[in-house]
Amino acid sequence: MREIHLQIDGKEVKATEGMTVLKAAQSKDIFIPTLCHHEKLEPYGGCRICTVEAEVRGSTKLVAACLYPVEPNLVVRTRSEKVDRIRKMILELLLAHAPDSLELQGLAKEYGADKDRFEKESSFCILCGLCERYCAEVKKKNAVGFVGNGARREIAFIPEIASKECWDCKECFPLCPTEALQAAFVLTKALWGSV
Amino acid sequence: MPRINSPAELEEYRKGILSKRDPDKPCIAICAGTGCLALGNDRVISAFEEEIKKQSLGAKVDIRATGCHGFCEKGPIVVIYPEEICYIEATPGDVPEIVSQTVVGKKVIDRLIYTDPGTGEKAAHQPEIPFYKNQMRNIISSNTKIDPKSIDDYLAIGGYSALSKALFKMKPEQVLEEVKKANLRGRGGGGFPAGLKWETARNAPGEEKYVIVNGHEGEPGAFMDRAIFTGNPHSVLEGLIIGAYAIGSRQGFIYTRHDTHQLKNHIDIALAKAEEYGLLGKNILGSGFDFHVEVHLDIGIFVSGESSALMRSIEGKNPEPRPKYIRTSVSGIWERPTNLNNVETWANVPQIINKGSQWYAGIGTERSKGTKLISLSGNIVNTGVVEVPFGTTLREIVYDIGGGIPNGKKLKAVHFGGPMGGSIPESLLDTPLDFDELAKLGAPIGAGGMLVLDEDVSMVDVIRYFLDFLANESCGKCVPCREGIRQMLKIVTRISDGKGREGDIERLEEISEVTGAASLCALGKTASDPLLSSLRYFRDEYEANIK
Repeated sequence: MREIHLQIDGKEVKATEGMTVLKAAQSKDIFIPTLCHHEKLEPYGGCRICTVEAEVRGSTKLVAACLYPVEPNLVVRTRSEKVDRIRKMILELLLAHAPDSLELQGLAKEYGADKDRFEKESSFCILCGLCERYCAEVKKKNAVGFVGNGARREIAFIPEIASKECWDCKECFPLCPTEALQAAFVLTKALWGSV
Repeated sequence: MPRINSPAELEEYRKGILSKRDPDKPCIAICAGTGCLALGNDRVISAFEEEIKKQSLGAKVDIRATGCHGFCEKGPIVVIYPEEICYIEATPGDVPEIVSQTVVGKKVIDRLIYTDPGTGEKAAHQPEIPFYKNQMRNIISSNTKIDPKSIDDYLAIGGYSALSKALFKMKPEQVLEEVKKANLRGRGGGGFPAGLKWETARNAPGEEKYVIVNGHEGEPGAFMDRAIFTGNPHSVLEGLIIGAYAIGSRQGFIYTRHDTHQLKNHIDIALAKAEEYGLLGKNILGSGFDFHVEVHLDIGIFVSGESSALMRSIEGKNPEPRPKYIRTSVSGIWERPTNLNNVETWANVPQIINKGSQWYAGIGTERSKGTKLISLSGNIVNTGVVEVPFGTTLREIVYDIGGGIPNGKKLKAVHFGGPMGGSIPESLLDTPLDFDELAKLGAPIGAGGMLVLDEDVSMVDVIRYFLDFLANESCGKCVPCREGIRQMLKIVTRISDGKGREGDIERLEEISEVTGAASLCALGKTASDPLLSSLRYFRDEYEANIK
């Protein structure tokens, strides 16, 4: 593995080829916020809260740190006016769904996000996909999945699988940054209990 | 049909087809494209078949159901060869007269030919009709001359001669060089130089490489790819095989929509026939080059046309885009080098090889070469598929070809690129059709859908329509796109209902900055482009609806 030298927030960082910017930052205890990332799972790049500035050969672009591969002489800035503005907006968009999420509230404080910026949405789920991917990638059960697309996307337990697999597992529950997953499970349980 | 095993055999076979065809034999070419189909051309076709039978002319007259002729507004279109008399808005009731008067009697029926609504001038042949006269139909004009299901028809107009030339007279590097010198730019929306993309895929490490025809064309108001691909599937296939040869790929994919049965049918027939003739499959034309093609259908959402989502779909996964920090030409399907171009781009390749890059680069503007197909629709007299050289002004397209705005209305704007494009106001109508010029105005050409909007159209309503479309047609994976579109749609909806609030425009601008900068794929990154372009040129329409 080739060693790669890059700079994150002014610090020199040594990384290996194929590593993501997020991993390289974590190795130096540089904090980049994440919501859909989990070390046991494949990088996803869905929440975009880990957006950072990456400067390569003089040109700067905004990239998702959880996916962007390190390269020689890369200069990364994990905070900037623009990055903070993006994170603030992402948090405000998500707080419309899950205003009581402690994880979101903590970040909202840091970035000055207003939880009441947008009208409340009926779903408490922020569609980070942690449950869906944990079940598919780690447990290999696919008991919970996405249905619908675009603004209609939601998570749902697949009753046929969930009624067999979920009782003794529930490992995805603590991963959920909101309480939506448990609520969905309770609802599904009520439904399959009634048939 | 025995396989064709060499360029000489191909030419001999072609000669055989031509020698059996009498150029003076009457042929009735009826447009069987999507637009004319909707106007009842199937009844016109059956009426011709019946009438020919009734008059016992079966041996003396050919009937050809062709692809789109382009002039959808006036369909069903019928062209009578060899005189090339063009009849518009033909009905089954007109058929007996057309057969006895024109096919047999060689007389033009006055009431069925085109009359210019402005001057009252009549035109009996396609090249005399202003809609056609002002175009340069290098690609689409073949449609009237062939039955899309007949490979012999395609061979009769010189089909597969470019492939034969590429395989036997050119090295892959020379083919690549020719396409680079022609400066063919991708017609799917980005305008990225096709030659450079091919080169990246060619040079990328790996034995197995893929080439793809993106025939998804999910953009509302875009119907030109369907016109070429349905009307002349072999031209796209020939381009693809040539590209595969240049890139070093032995496996191709055609990705298209599940809901276009006629197109799928024509593609299937073209692939089967090309394989039977030895123009596809193992050892093409005896050259030693092997190339196979598979057809994949989408699941019915717009985002599946995005290149990385499309590739995931071919892998059998959900059509969700993935970040392209490593380009798909290096790491695409199953992480192998994959070159994707859209239908129109591939259809340009055979003519570049046949006529040379110098000829090709002589058409168009300095940085946009060749012709461009445009789907002209909206508030326009002549709806249809148009092909013009780059550099043609938007005014020429709207007025000389499109015939202007119906009902004496004034033009407000032309909108390019559908839900990820932008609008150009009337005051900038002298802008030439050019990838870079239009992008500078905030209305990139996109795939070529050109929507004409008259003075009565509310720009806020147009934007609401596009945002609503995207809210349903994006994948929903990343937050800025999914949630940003959701909130922008809410705000634009209330403005369009006359209930805008103080600060709404600024809120829209703030959200669009984030969707544009932080979304995962091009759909999200450009989702707010129509909104921003309408704020640039039509801000007063928003302000008027804010209390």
